This record gives sequence, structure tokens and C-alpha cells, in this order.
Amino acid sequence: MNLADLWKRSRTGVLAVAMALVVGILLLLVAGANPFEALGVIIDGSLGSTARFGDTLMVWAPLVLAAAGLLITFAAGLWNIGVEGQIVFGAIAASLVAREVSGPTWLIVTLALLAGFVGGGFWAFLAGLLRTYGKVNEIFGGLGLFFVAQALAVYLVLGPWKRPGVASTSGTEPFPRESWLPTLGSTRLSWVAVLVAVIAVLVVFYLLRGTRFGLRLKAVGKNMRSAFLLGIPTGRYMLAAFALGGGLAGLAGAVQATGFHHKLVPSISGGYGFLAILVAMLAGYAARWIAPIAFVFAMLAVGSTLLPLKLGLDSSVGGVLQGVLVLFTILAQGWQARRQDRSDGMAVGPPETPIVPGEVG
Amino acid sequence: MEATLASILAASTPLIFIVIGETITEKAGVINLSLDGTVLLSAMVGFAGAYESGSVIVGFSAAALVSALAALLVAYSSIALRLNQVAVGFVLFQLTGELSAFLGDPYVRVPGPTVAYRPIPLLEDIPFVGKVFFQHDLIVYGSIVLIFVTYWFMFRTRRGLKLQAVGERPEAAHSRGVPVNRLRYLYAAGGGALVGMGGAAYSLGAKIGWSEGHTTGLGWIALAIVIFGGWHPYRAAFGVYLFGALQFSAIKLQDVFPDLTQVLGTLPFPIMIFTLVLVYSDRVRSLTDRYPALRGILGSDPPSAIGTRFDVD
Repeated sequence: MNLADLWKRSRTGVLAVAMALVVGILLLLVAGANPFEALGVIIDGSLGSTARFGDTLMVWAPLVLAAAGLLITFAAGLWNIGVEGQIVFGAIAASLVAREVSGPTWLIVTLALLAGFVGGGFWAFLAGLLRTYGKVNEIFGGLGLFFVAQALAVYLVLGPWKRPGVASTSGTEPFPRESWLPTLGSTRLSWVAVLVAVIAVLVVFYLLRGTRFGLRLKAVGKNMRSAFLLGIPTGRYMLAAFALGGGLAGLAGAVQATGFHHKLVPSISGGYGFLAILVAMLAGYAARWIAPIAFVFAMLAVGSTLLPLKLGLDSSVGGVLQGVLVLFTILAQGWQARRQDRSDGMAVGPPETPIVPGEVG
Repeated sequence: MEATLASILAASTPLIFIVIGETITEKAGVINLSLDGTVLLSAMVGFAGAYESGSVIVGFSAAALVSALAALLVAYSSIALRLNQVAVGFVLFQLTGELSAFLGDPYVRVPGPTVAYRPIPLLEDIPFVGKVFFQHDLIVYGSIVLIFVTYWFMFRTRRGLKLQAVGERPEAAHSRGVPVNRLRYLYAAGGGALVGMGGAAYSLGAKIGWSEGHTTGLGWIALAIVIFGGWHPYRAAFGVYLFGALQFSAIKLQDVFPDLTQVLGTLPFPIMIFTLVLVYSDRVRSLTDRYPALRGILGSDPPSAIGTRFDVD
């Protein structure tokens, strides 16, 4: 491949990043900060020491898990915006195990992760049932279930699982030590969480690329009617996509509960589900880009928490940069597709399906 | 009792603007999923605008402008760039929410101007009714007027019929000479402006001031109520007031069931899901087909082309 080809292929991405950088720099200047100083703080704050690198990876792991799960539902043409709720419910299920089961660490941790997977999968399955049998669009069914899961978490934290004597939104009593994900040295980095995330990405990559299931799932996502006519039980495939994708999101919740907070807190999902949707979009819905992009996002999230202290900036800078980056990337894709071929629009993500219920096979 | 109803009415005002605005946008076939972030940003911009200028009107205008721009961007991405409305809306939800925290940082918990209290002379003296309806600020009256005007516009005017056609059968509308995409831009912007006014109504009237995450969740609730309301201004308004009443009772019940406060706050979502399952179920479908009178209560009339784009080639 020569340079001209390379430029042609990467032009959109480069332009999008350049534009996002320009907008980011302008915003920082408006806020009265030196952009390079801010960037330095973000990099130092996320990679500057072993402990900070560990913290970054502990954001990376749930982000990758949720994003990997989303790739499955996206492949089936489903907008699983309820992923946040699946994280919460997975965390609740894992917390139940961590609180109630006693035994050696390996056993509790395995059971807790399993419970997270089953819990998240179950919560997504409900959204799937609503979609396939209740004709409720998954965006709204999933969102509704998210708020229900969120309310359930708050209820447990303030009610049945409250700390002895005091009910506080700061969370339940910490789980017994045996149920904490084992960490490396004195850092907060749990190798189990990272390992599970790596395995999840590899499995999703293989699933969507090399299996009959993945191929048929994508067929459902691309054109449900044709897939149905070809004899694929589309409803069942959609339910399977929900269960698997939600399961991975539930694992993210289990990691959050047993590996990071070591207790159930009301904001257990940390917004990682919504963030993972941005990661999946920026990755162009391709599994191979999930890990690096999630790492940049984790860096921005962890690094920008230092900005208020060091530069007096609001820590939302990281979120703004993430949003600007994704917005310009998909706008740039649209502009490029528009220029290249005015008659054939470029598909970004799942195909457009009306929000109102149609016939589901 | 009067005081309770009056405060539910006042507290529901921002949501009325947001829900009616989004209903209009969706009626034209554009779904603006960015609502939860846009409302935050417009609440912040509305407060900042009023604070800097000393004028509430400037605040409302700035909020309407920002929110209309966000909705226009969703429409532009769909119409001109052929991108997925849901994707762009979702990114904008994240971005505008974060922007509100970033740009709003200097305005956190500073006192600023508010919408003035304007009881209506004579009418306010009517027993019961006067106290409930006519002792508010101008935005509250505006929200009530908006419900009726929107109904009248949508169902009783030619322009309203075109609005519905654009979201319902864009091909048919196009073939009859209706400029589909131009109207989509127009109603996206108009609905977006109303959403922005709702945001400003929050930070300048219902819950005065600005702090990070001031209106978080309100946008998602609005999207749920639009569906619950079956894309009809009256039913949407009913949904808003029902939600307001539920919230009010949740606060009142706080002492009785302290654990349940959070749970009651999320009731709009199960109610929405239940409504959707109900109205789309075959039994209710056949019932409304047989008895058209039931349609107003049980039927749902979603714009069939919502969330899709229409290409003129």
C-alpha cells in the first residue's frame, strides 16, 4: 500500500481527530487554561505512576466488557441503550453472591462473576422479550429497565442491605475480603478484571467473525425481513444477542462491585454503559478497535479527575473531549460518504429501523 | 388541596415545554434522543444568559437557540449526511451534558434572576380555580396555553396536517408537493426551541439556579412521556401532570415509606412500558379497531416514519 492509499483510507479518521483537537483546544482556551498543560495533566494523571496506571485499567476493564457486549447487540441491529441497567443488575447479582456466599476467594469470585453475567443477561433478556413479544422498542424498554434497576440498587442500599444502623447513599457495608477480586501488589488493579475483559473481546471478535452464529446474527441486523425469509429464527437470535450482550455488561457490573468499590453503591454503573456506546461507535462497531479506544477513554476519564486540583478546571473536560471526538468522527464519516457517493449512503451502525413497532419475525 | 394542585402545575411546567417540543419534533419524523443532555445544557445556558444580561428573556432566548441548534444537528445528520438519528442523538446527549458541566462551572450555586410572579387580576379571585391556575409566573400560563395551541395547530390547521404527513407518509407528502425535509428542519428546530425553553423554565423558575447535573434524568423522562402520551398534546400533558402528581406523593410519602421514595420517582418508566405493551397488544388493537371511541384513551398513534430518513432522489 502506498502513501496515497494510506491517506485515502485514514483521511476521515485523521480529519475527525484533528477537528476534535481544534475544538477541544478552543474550549480549553475559552475556559482560560493552557491546552498543553491540561493534556499533560491528563496523561500524567492516568499513566504517571503504577497506581494511576492501575486505576486507568480498572476503568478500562468494565468499559471494554460493556462495549464488547454492545457489539453483539449492535450486530443484531439493536440499540441496546439499556446497557447501563444491565451493568447495575449484574452488580446487584454479584453483590448478592459476595454478601451471602462464604468460601475460598477463587470460588466466591467465580460465582460472583457468573452471577453478574447471568444477572446482566437476564435484565437484557427482559428488554429483548419486550421487544420481540411486546413490540416495545429496545431503546425505551431498555431505558425503562435501567431506571428500574437503578431504583432497585438504591432501594437495596438504603433498605435491606443498609449498613447496620445507618442507611447512607455511600453504599452497603464492604463485602468480606474473600470476595474481593485479587489485586496486583499495592495497586487497585485487579488482574482478574483485566483478564476477563481481554477474554471477552477475543470471544466477541471470534464470535462475530468466525462463527455461523455471528454470521446469522449480522444477517438479522442487516435486514431482518430477508433473514427471516431465509429461515433464520430472527426473534430467537435477537433474544440471544440481548442475553449475551447483557451478560457481558453484567460482568462489567460484577467487576465494578467486587473489584473496584467492594460494595454496592447507587452509582455502581459509573456511566460506563453510556460511555461504552460511544466507544463502540468510535470503533466503527469493530471488535479490534475496542481495546485501544476504551484505553484512551479510560485515560481521559481518570486523568481529568486531576484537572480541578491542578488547573482549577472542571473534570468534565474529559467527557467533553470524548463527546467531541465521537461526534466529529461520525459527522466526518457522513461527509465523506456524501462526497464519495451521493446515491449510496454510508451505514453507520445498525440500520435505521423505525422507533415504532413493526413486524418481528 | 388548591395549594397542592397549584404546586404540581408549577413544578410540571418545564416538562410540559420539553414534552410538547419533542412531540412536535417526533411528529415530523425526527427523534431527538439527545434530550437529557440538551435540557441540561439549555437549563445552564438559560441561567447563564439571564445572569449575564440581567434579563430573563435573554436567558430563555439563548436556551431556545442552543437547544434548537442541537435538534437541527440531529436533523442535518439524518437528512444531509444520512447518518442514523439515534446515533447522533445519543452522542449529542453525552456531549451536551458534559458541556453543561464544563461551561456552567462558573455559575454553580450563584443567585441570579428568576421569572417574575404574575397573578392574573380578577381571575385569581375565583374560588379554587383562581388559586390553582391564576397565581403563577408567566411561564406557567405559557405552558398551559402551549398545550391547547399545539393541539389546535396539529389537528385543526392545514400546516398541522402537513406536519403529520411528513412524519407519517413522507413519500405521499412529497408526491403532493410538501417539502418533506425542509419541514423536518423547521419542526426539529421549533420543537428543539421549546425543549430549550423548558430547560430555562427549570433553572429560572421551577428549581432556580444552576448546579452540575441540575436536570439529570428529566430528558429521559420526557422521552418516556412522549410515548406514553401517544404523540398527542393532551395525553402528553396528562402524562406530565400524572408524573408531577406521582412525584408529589412520593415526597409526601417519604416519612411513611422512606425506602420507596427513589422507587416512586422511576414510576414513569414502568408505566410507559406497560402502556406500550398494552396499546400494541393484539387484543387492545382489535378493540380500538372495533370501537373508535376507545382510540383516544387506549390507542397509540406513533408517526410511522419516526427515526428514519427520507431521501429525495
